[in-house]
Amino acid sequence: MTEKGRALSQIAFWGAVELGLVYAFVAVGVFLAFRVLDFPDLTVDGSFPLGAAVTAVLIIAGVNPWLAAAVAMVAGAAAGIVTALLNVRFRILNLLASILTMIALFSVNLRVMGKPNVALINADTMLSPFYGLSLRDFYVRPLFVGILVLAAVLAVWRFLESDAGLAMRATGANARMARAQGVDTSRQIYLGMAISNALVALGGALFAQTNGFADVTSGVGTIVVGLAAVIIGETLFGARGILIALAGCVLGSILYRIAIQLALSTDVLGLQASDLNFVTAALVTVALVLPRLRRGGAA
Amino acid sequence: MISVKNIKVVFGKGTPLQKQALNGVTLTIEEGSFVTVIGSNGAGKSTLLGVLAGDVLPSEGEVTIGHTDVTRKGTPARAGLVARVFQDPLAGSCGALSIEENLALAARRGESRGLTPALGAKRREHFRARIAELNLGLENRLGDRMDLLSGGQRQAVSLVMATLAGSEVLLLDEHTAALDPGMAEFVMNLTQKIVTERKLTTMMVTHSMRQALDYGHRTIMLHGGEIVLDVAGDSRKTLEVEDLIAMFRRIRGQTLDDDALLIG
Repeated sequence: MTEKGRALSQIAFWGAVELGLVYAFVAVGVFLAFRVLDFPDLTVDGSFPLGAAVTAVLIIAGVNPWLAAAVAMVAGAAAGIVTALLNVRFRILNLLASILTMIALFSVNLRVMGKPNVALINADTMLSPFYGLSLRDFYVRPLFVGILVLAAVLAVWRFLESDAGLAMRATGANARMARAQGVDTSRQIYLGMAISNALVALGGALFAQTNGFADVTSGVGTIVVGLAAVIIGETLFGARGILIALAGCVLGSILYRIAIQLALSTDVLGLQASDLNFVTAALVTVALVLPRLRRGGAA
Repeated sequence: MISVKNIKVVFGKGTPLQKQALNGVTLTIEEGSFVTVIGSNGAGKSTLLGVLAGDVLPSEGEVTIGHTDVTRKGTPARAGLVARVFQDPLAGSCGALSIEENLALAARRGESRGLTPALGAKRREHFRARIAELNLGLENRLGDRMDLLSGGQRQAVSLVMATLAGSEVLLLDEHTAALDPGMAEFVMNLTQKIVTERKLTTMMVTHSMRQALDYGHRTIMLHGGEIVLDVAGDSRKTLEVEDLIAMFRRIRGQTLDDDALLIG
């Protein structure tokens, strides 16, 4: 343990926690799409950088960073609605519909930013008022993002346990039954995809504000990271109600980042930053296989 | 009250597999009446039920439920008028949700759904009381996932779900066909009790001629998308399963003869 502790400096550790919390929004969004609605949605690879791009451009234009983040959420919701439209209205296979939106968003994001990368150096962000207080910066960021994550998780939890949220869960679990109960399943898909991608875009907006830049390529693999978080959470907590599942998403996202950070910073393994995607794939595979092995061992 | 007028349904129109599933069915079921529907496979029973539920929109004709013309309304839009129990115990409820969540879902059938917590203390109490009436001990398992229940238990809960919110008509789609004989009897007795107590206008599709004659006020036989038998009152009371089988054979024989003519 001590060796690992040394391998990971305090700044690197809290940096991983912060990134994990930023991507917790992605994890919760992915949970809504994949688990609640049973809609395999790859739009997130586009809506994450969309959120970052919209926020960055607006902040540079002098817009209040909170408002910029809110607009980013609206943009993300719109992206989700486009995917839902392609699927529900035009009957395109859900996975394919989301790939189409994702591809289109790459161009949209370039248009929004006007260039592949926008820096937010010296610009005021949501976090600016909290820097320079008694706490050091690398504590402030995860704390700030953590509070927002907590608020989002509580809101989504409350929603999923309401009448409206139950209708959404039924849509994903048994659409035929949901319709027989008077649930307009098409509308639920629109709503669910909008909420999911709004959360992912908020993650993108916070990514831009905590890291100080928006990059058009930052969306690549977002879906895998989100799924990794969801699956790690499920592996650790199992299926025990909505709140536990949401908490699992958040914790899964943080643990994923710490695991990646550990893998990359331990010289013994000889890994470098470019091995990230391979490590991710390996981690997700382990998370998927582990429960099966455990069950096999018990039987 | 249910009223269907000259309903025609064609599946796969314009293809080699074109099938006239319903061919001008006209039927009125009075308020509070319990009608049983029989017929061989492909006779149009399920299609007729689908037309009432909204799953199948007819190419011709009119459907009225209560006093509302629902001919062009899809399933969700008319769910407030129609309660339904499916043949497949897995189809009528969400296995991934808990028993009480399924009940909460059904309690707001056909109504708007807001941000009110789905399982408030008051609702829970109400659900517990309704489930306790089943005498299956499920009232202590309301938090269990629905897919932990047996098929019969799920159908029993589905029946309760069908009556949590008001409706003009109850549709039963061979809802005991997938159950073992003991459980099928339990669910049928429960059906009888609920329908009588609540004076529900009910249409039950069944494969069992015994069931068709033992329950309800009126029996309809479908064949080739048309109503070929419609008995109620005294003439139905004297009817035996053997009589029905004889009629079934006669109708089937006729079609066989027709086929023979066609081939000849």
